[in-house]
Amino acid sequence: MAEVTLSQRLRPYRVLLASRARAQMQYRASFVTDILGTVGVGLAEFAEVWVIFHNVDVLGGLDFTAALLVFALSNLAFSLADMFVGHLDQLPRYIRAGQVDAFYVRPLPLLAQLMTSDLSLRRVGRLSVALVALTVALTTADITWSAETVALIVLSVVSGTAIFSALFTAAGGLQFFLVDGAEFTNAFTYGGSYAAQQSQQVFPDPLRIFWTFVVPTAFVAYIPAVAILDIEDPLAPTWLAWLTPLAALLAWGIAAACWRLGTRHYQGAGG
Amino acid sequence: MKTFWLLVRAGFRRHSTYRLALLAGMTTNSVFGFIRASILLAALASAGTAIGGYDAPTTIAFVWWGQALLGTVNLWGFAEVKDRVRTGDIAVDFLRPVNPQMAYLAGDLGRAGINLVGRGLPALLLGALLFDMAWPPSAVSWASGAVSVLLAVVVAFAGNFVINLLAFWLVEIRGITLLWMITGGLLCGLYLPVPWFPDWLRTIANWSPFPSMLQNPIDILAGRVVGVDIVSAVGVQVFWAASLLVLGQVVLRAGRRRLEVQGG
Repeated sequence: MAEVTLSQRLRPYRVLLASRARAQMQYRASFVTDILGTVGVGLAEFAEVWVIFHNVDVLGGLDFTAALLVFALSNLAFSLADMFVGHLDQLPRYIRAGQVDAFYVRPLPLLAQLMTSDLSLRRVGRLSVALVALTVALTTADITWSAETVALIVLSVVSGTAIFSALFTAAGGLQFFLVDGAEFTNAFTYGGSYAAQQSQQVFPDPLRIFWTFVVPTAFVAYIPAVAILDIEDPLAPTWLAWLTPLAALLAWGIAAACWRLGTRHYQGAGG
Repeated sequence: MKTFWLLVRAGFRRHSTYRLALLAGMTTNSVFGFIRASILLAALASAGTAIGGYDAPTTIAFVWWGQALLGTVNLWGFAEVKDRVRTGDIAVDFLRPVNPQMAYLAGDLGRAGINLVGRGLPALLLGALLFDMAWPPSAVSWASGAVSVLLAVVVAFAGNFVINLLAFWLVEIRGITLLWMITGGLLCGLYLPVPWFPDWLRTIANWSPFPSMLQNPIDILAGRVVGVDIVSAVGVQVFWAASLLVLGQVVLRAGRRRLEVQGG
């Protein structure tokens, strides 16, 4: 049997993704409206932070610049994850319509197919809001720049995206059981994104433990930001920021288990 | 009137079929309630005193009434009417002996009812158990709060109905729906109380129908607005409910003249 190289194996996915991207560009006006829409979503989220800081100077131990950094990092990670795997949200609809069966008969793994079933390019709107916020936060904050800082930023964006993607995948796996109760998983996907945007110091201890060890969204933005800005928080020492890949790994472990459980449970739509 | 009431009950029953969905909605609303309560309490602690007339117990009431009413008031809109306009099914609605706007309003009131009972109130009780929450200060507040919630449902419905009807003229109203959702979500007082806004943003909010969909009933139920001010808060809601319903009728009539359905 001939050796199959990695690039050959990935080719179907490249072709699929390119076709999804091209398809979205076909309806130019609709595409532009969608992008403006996600810019609006990003701005509305920012407005929430901004209005609070209109009333107070410090929230949960962070000043506006620090809060902006937390907001930017979490929004960047969330919009990237949303772009790649956010459409797993549509799974209940596929399950109810019996369309999942069609995916099963194709010669690619189910999860990979669902992930490449869409590439939500419209999310670049929210992504760009996050990038602007990140640039402003990084230039105005008092940061002692070093190679470590840069590495930390890159690491946290990559791990943060992985954490949110894991949450979407776990939610997807659970959909096979929930179907009508699809909204349950919003509690930790969208709820997790909302929690990740905050200074973790605002939470009472049980909630803080929950967002650190159960649904590890504290690792997405707050823990790296505290390390980058060198802010004193006894519960989030600087070295903890280097453990974000570990948190992502654990999240993916749980996500894989949920997905496996869900797909094993699925009996097909019949017919 | 009897038809209207029957349609309300049908809407109630239709949405009560999905019990798991109600429980799921309640869970998600509660998780957001916990997060938002933590943030706003931290902001209050940082400010030292009340912000914009909200102290800790009324802020908690703001958060949990907001989460409770989120599923009741149709803030995020609906697509049913828009889809029926696009497919031409709206013609069937025109043939029925009830005004389409009234029929859909009745269905939405039923939906609101089951969502309040099955999803909103449990979330509110959970919040009240775990936090120190301010209850409506008097029987007047309870009664006027109930009226205000009803009006909020009507205002949100009437606004969304007009947006849906734009499908008579536009091929795709997704952009407009999205714009409505984003401005509405921000200005209705779901994320933060409108009195916390900077002056210019508060002025914009107060000239828009959005606070009538959430902020006004919450203000009454949290006890921030009492006495004579209740009359003006409810009065504003009556104004928006009436004007948006009338606007809906006008647009519906114009759309009806424009509608062309093929086939026989």
